[in-house]
Amino acid sequence: MTVNATFIGQMIVFALLLWFFYAFVVPPIAQAITDRQKKIAEGLAAAERGQKDLDEAKSRADSVVREARERANQILDQATRRSNEMVDSAKQSASVEGDRVLANARAEAANETARARDSLRREIGSLAVAGASRLLEREIDAKAHAQLLDKLAEEIARG
Amino acid sequence: MASAHGAEHGTTPTDYIVHHLTHLKVGEGFWTWHVDTLLMSASLAILVGWVFWAAARRANAGVPGKFIGFIELVYDFVDGQVADIYHGDRRFMVALALSLFTWIIAMNTMDLLPLDLPGGIASLLGAQFWRVLPTADLNGTIAMALVVLLLIIFAAIRAKGVGGYLHEWVSAPFGGHPLLWVPNIILNAVELLSKPVSLGMRLFGNMFAGELLFMLIALLGFMVVDATFGSAAGFIGQILLGTAWAIFHILIVVLQAYIFMVLPVVYISMAEDHH
Repeated sequence: MTVNATFIGQMIVFALLLWFFYAFVVPPIAQAITDRQKKIAEGLAAAERGQKDLDEAKSRADSVVREARERANQILDQATRRSNEMVDSAKQSASVEGDRVLANARAEAANETARARDSLRREIGSLAVAGASRLLEREIDAKAHAQLLDKLAEEIARG
Repeated sequence: MASAHGAEHGTTPTDYIVHHLTHLKVGEGFWTWHVDTLLMSASLAILVGWVFWAAARRANAGVPGKFIGFIELVYDFVDGQVADIYHGDRRFMVALALSLFTWIIAMNTMDLLPLDLPGGIASLLGAQFWRVLPTADLNGTIAMALVVLLLIIFAAIRAKGVGGYLHEWVSAPFGGHPLLWVPNIILNAVELLSKPVSLGMRLFGNMFAGELLFMLIALLGFMVVDATFGSAAGFIGQILLGTAWAIFHILIVVLQAYIFMVLPVVYISMAEDHH
């Protein structure tokens, strides 16, 4: 229980232990903990950055998909419109062609009629002359009565 | 807790306790050395230093293993305690607190060894006495407290300069009037010296009392050896009480180390403050 020289030795032991801790124990542990804190902070920051990048990429992908969908709809609309137009124009040209063919046929028929009437008129004229000459029993001078005959033929043709 | 070993050296309980409270000594008068205290504390200092050094050498920023994790847990606890009290560069304070905390825990834990085991081993090696608990030796606790006292004075001088420190001795707390110098000096001396004394005496008193109680509990068991009346009850009582006290003593072991860790940091922090 008495205080004696032992405490000198104890002071030296404690001083050495204190120096040892100060020089060799505390700095590496403090360094390691600080480094790890920095590393964890960096990791958290990186994770946050990654999350943000992911969100951005997602929204970018969304907008790309939306754009593509819009573009596809546009193309579809265009195609529908174009096909409608094509059908319409085909219909139109077909009816125009039909009208033309019809008009041609009508003109042809009219021509045929006129030609038939013409030749009929001519035949009727000569028949009328032949009939008249037989009635008169004499020959009609074609030259002398040409004017009359022509008039007749015209009347026939007109009638 | 006890064995027949103690009975070999003394026939009465008093002899047993006196034997257990006697140091293995070398030298005479003041120049007496307690070999057991010195050897135990030095080897425990080496053990604590080696364990922490082994952890510190392998500590890195990667994922820590269980051992490193435990050491870092202790470090973090001490560092947090110091950071609460001491503001500024606290590397030295952490070293001081960590070495005090771990070393005192290691020394106090010797109290939990079976009471007669260290003495028994020592007697086999030829030593007549062996007190295993360096913190139940006033020399051990006072030595640490004196180192703390030197650090307090050093910190105060470093913070205020020699002139400022001496000026504080004569002028605080009552004032700078020459008539007040003597009361100031007396009060400052009391304040300064009370710190190491209270530090050293508190740890010593707690550990000495704990050790003494273990001895008294152990004495219960000697009734078995002596085959006197009530011996079986004494034996059971020794085991029950010894276990209970050992469990309770774990608290004292850690608590006293904690107190001895925190107070020096408080004292040094106060010493650096300007009055």
